[in-house]
Amino acid sequence: MNTKTSDTLLLIVFSIAVLAGPVILAPFGAGYPDLLQKFAIYGIFAIGFNILFGLTGYLSFGHAAFLGVGSYAAVWMFKLLSMNIIPAVIFSVIVAGLFSLVIGFISLRRSGIYFSILTLAFAQMCYNLAYSVLTPITNGETGLQITLSDPRILDAAAEGQAPASNLFGLDMISTWETSLAGMTLQFNMGFYVCALILILSFWISMRLFRSPFGMMLKAVKSNQNRMSYTGLDTKPYTLAAFVISGMFAGLAGGLLAAMDPLAGAERMQWTASGEVVLMTILGGAGTLLGPVLGAGLIKYFENIFSAINDSTLHGVFAFLPDGLNNAVSAVLGLFVGEGWHLTLGLIFMLIVTFLPGGLIEGAQRIGRLFTSRSKADPQSGEAQSRPAPAE
Amino acid sequence: MTKFTISRRGLLKTSAVAGAGIAAPMVWSRPAYAYTNEPTGGTVTLGFNVPQTGAYAEEGADELRAYELAVEHLNGGGDGGMLATFSSKALSGSGINGKKVEFVTGDTQTKSDAARASAKRMIERDGAIMITGGSSSGVAIAVQGLCQEMGVIFMAGLTHSNDTTGKDKKANGFRHFFNAYMSGAALAPVLKAQYGADRKAYHLTADYTWGWTQEESIAAATEGLGWETVNKVRTPLGAGDFSQYITPVLNSGADVLILNHYGRDMVNSLTQAVQFGLKDKQVNGKQFEIVVPLYSRLMAQGAGEAVKGIFGSTNWHWSLQDAGSQAFVRSFGQKYGFPPSQAAHTTYCQTLLYADAAQRAGSFNPCAIAEALEDYQFDGLGNGPTLYRAGDHQCFKDVLVVKGKDNPTSQFDLLEVVDVTPAEQVTYPVDHPMFAGGELGKCNPGA
Repeated sequence: MNTKTSDTLLLIVFSIAVLAGPVILAPFGAGYPDLLQKFAIYGIFAIGFNILFGLTGYLSFGHAAFLGVGSYAAVWMFKLLSMNIIPAVIFSVIVAGLFSLVIGFISLRRSGIYFSILTLAFAQMCYNLAYSVLTPITNGETGLQITLSDPRILDAAAEGQAPASNLFGLDMISTWETSLAGMTLQFNMGFYVCALILILSFWISMRLFRSPFGMMLKAVKSNQNRMSYTGLDTKPYTLAAFVISGMFAGLAGGLLAAMDPLAGAERMQWTASGEVVLMTILGGAGTLLGPVLGAGLIKYFENIFSAINDSTLHGVFAFLPDGLNNAVSAVLGLFVGEGWHLTLGLIFMLIVTFLPGGLIEGAQRIGRLFTSRSKADPQSGEAQSRPAPAE
Repeated sequence: MTKFTISRRGLLKTSAVAGAGIAAPMVWSRPAYAYTNEPTGGTVTLGFNVPQTGAYAEEGADELRAYELAVEHLNGGGDGGMLATFSSKALSGSGINGKKVEFVTGDTQTKSDAARASAKRMIERDGAIMITGGSSSGVAIAVQGLCQEMGVIFMAGLTHSNDTTGKDKKANGFRHFFNAYMSGAALAPVLKAQYGADRKAYHLTADYTWGWTQEESIAAATEGLGWETVNKVRTPLGAGDFSQYITPVLNSGADVLILNHYGRDMVNSLTQAVQFGLKDKQVNGKQFEIVVPLYSRLMAQGAGEAVKGIFGSTNWHWSLQDAGSQAFVRSFGQKYGFPPSQAAHTTYCQTLLYADAAQRAGSFNPCAIAEALEDYQFDGLGNGPTLYRAGDHQCFKDVLVVKGKDNPTSQFDLLEVVDVTPAEQVTYPVDHPMFAGGELGKCNPGA
């Protein structure tokens, strides 16, 4: 199979998996609209981040700033113009693009750790501006919300009820429910909008990876000095990658606001920037599918693991004798609920240590186990001793 | 060995059959619910959304204890607590409308985004019919907005900002707790009696909706006494270290420090202010004083020695002697071994009030419940006669002015009630300027 057909196949499989998300994830307790939307949106965010980090190797620690800026831009569009998500999302991409152009132009004068610190500094500046200085625009800690008294010049005046965000009349919060094998399946409008944009983003990222431009970015990652010595100015390429990935982040931020019309400053905090780095590394930096998987895993932990409390644990281990049940629940209780970060940290450590290429490398190893069982062993040994591509 | 090949026709056939098979059980019509999450089985699910991490985690833990106690009492367990003293006798301990009460919990992390995500999970996945919780007004306002959009009732927990039932009020949201304006109105006469009418005040304020409205309310109330406001400084929520904010107070010429902080922030800022020797200072020929407008026993416990002699206001205190308070303290104490905080009290009351309204309305429809709560007068929940005003969904009741005890007799006996300000004195019109700018809108039953 050549690259083109395998790419097409990957895109098709990816699309089917994404569109069937409500069915696939329902058995895991994750098939409800809000989490499905988050999967798709943070998938887009991570895909965008991967264009910068995976291709050029520039580790930005401030990407959440673009996400937050996108959210604010979208909510302002909702407040001023219309509850239709199209202008909101477009505006958020544009604003995030402009922000990333400015920040990228300054930060890309340096590389390596200095670049990371610069982006982190800018993101913290944005966060603090949003949190306290620019309160009239951002509404500070409370977060920017839509209200009944907003002008919304394109929408008819609402009566006693702020309208829901919609796509030409299709409400983002409308959900079709049905049951299958005892599970409730929820097919949500907003999720399908996000899913289609996620598939589109995936396709764009795939085209970028295969294009000459993508090749140039990979060359920057492998040896930027050599590129410069050949007389090539790499800055336009890295800046373009930075802006593109910033626009992806803005798109994700805009979609977050479109699904739930609120923008809060904590979206821009450095922990949020760190989260996207985790997502990308966890899934596999530089791979097409990895970041989306990583985003899904982290969001799953954040929303599902954190909701497990002591009584749930006691219920699960009810078959054990009382004393044992209490002991097991007490130990596991440390790793769920508010301790979900601990579990995530352990998994992250294990993956970085044993699977430097992330979940994708894990999947490849399993795949190789099945395909090359008949072949000689040295190959798999060679694969294991390959140098780690971690940054 | 047979080779498995897929022909194009075979694939089409198989997928058509598979598709039909999957689609068969799906009825492509929205279930005919009259409102969001209409309970159809023998149970009804409530969603408790409290901070389990962050600056307000302790309050959140106490709120959760009270919720569990309330659910136990609603289902007929325990000694029934305040159900026995509540003026409405609609609830009989057999659940709500004959349905057993169950609950799910979520962690707000004291962040609007996380709070909305966990509220959405409880509504969309777990089928919660009502969301309650808080401990940060920013979060409460964000979740209240969400509940309005999704068509469920929001019973606000500990939220003290004027905006919750002011400019951000919503038809689906209800607040039992008092607010910053009431704190100001209740505190002012006591401060005048204690510290005189000629004082210079310096505000340190948590930088979000609650801090802003409390600063505004207290400044207005104290300026009404003739006090002068020297400076208002905003500090980030969860700052941890306040020394950089406290040092400038020493040289500002102010003789009163007003700490608009709550939770762990208040514990830290007050402790540091006392460590810096503010309380022992003489400024303008007067003793330097510290005021904490919103007080809680949990925080007093955290701050230890530092709270002695410091004035503040509170919604409720466990030492109250009325039958409702005593019943609540007794059953809470039996279950957990220590007295409840005001956060626990307000969330317990809110759960009971919601259950009672649903029982009286005979339905879980948010609009029916809202109607049952509006302009509802009740008694026996520890605050004396109380009114749920229809105009802004705010409760009006007596406010307690408290002081840190000089000689505490136990680790819980830290505050003494100095004055009970009657409800009339803290009542304001719905269109008061500090609360203006929002509309309730119409109740939204979802669906």
